Amino acid sequence: MREMSKIIRNVTNLVYGFIIIFGFYIIVHGHLTPGGGFQGGAVVASAFAAMLISYGQLNTKKFLNINIFSLLESCGLTMFIGVAFLGLGTTFFYNFLANSGSWFGNIVIPGINAGDMNTAGVLPLMNIAVGLEVFSGLGIIVLLMADGAEYTKKKEKAENDR
Amino acid sequence: MNSFVELIHITILIITIFAGLLAVIFKKLLPAVIAASAVSLLLSLEFYLLHAPDVAIAEAAIGAGLTMAIFIFAIRGTK
Repeated sequence: MREMSKIIRNVTNLVYGFIIIFGFYIIVHGHLTPGGGFQGGAVVASAFAAMLISYGQLNTKKFLNINIFSLLESCGLTMFIGVAFLGLGTTFFYNFLANSGSWFGNIVIPGINAGDMNTAGVLPLMNIAVGLEVFSGLGIIVLLMADGAEYTKKKEKAENDR
Repeated sequence: MNSFVELIHITILIITIFAGLLAVIFKKLLPAVIAASAVSLLLSLEFYLLHAPDVAIAEAAIGAGLTMAIFIFAIRGTK
């Protein structure tokens, strides 16, 4: 697939890093602000889609590899079910880290405040796992769609030449 | 209750319907896809005004970003 015009390429160069950072911000702050794993992962995947549109599928083969995305997706799912099984001493999905004083274990201050990142126990880990799974899964979907368009074009060209 | 907020609601919905009409009217494929993506973006603004920011983020990322990307891939495949 050929690349698009110079304006689109320059705007993508300026913007895609900020989009990825914003997506990870939404993922990590999932227990305090609107958004969470799914929404942040979708934002990161839209940055990958912008790169893929503006540069074409052949030029981004070095950065967007389908095997790495598949590995990250499996890592996210394994992390999610692993954290869920870690609370099995009480129940499945038990929030064993909340108010414990260790990782994400601070006690929540009641009333109006700015919000403490280091609270909510197991929920930030779940958000990170879901975000990893969603951005790699949607990245695989976009990459496969680009591959399919390229394949269809090649096939039609071969049929026309024959 | 607040007439200013109601005015913003009505304006956004009218622009949304207009963009949807443009997506049908346009003869070229790429402007039609961009108009459909504008419908999704204005819908996410409406979700935000109705106090549903979670749905607004998901709609803006998937409806306006990824769906438009897949439509553009399909259009490129036909050329």
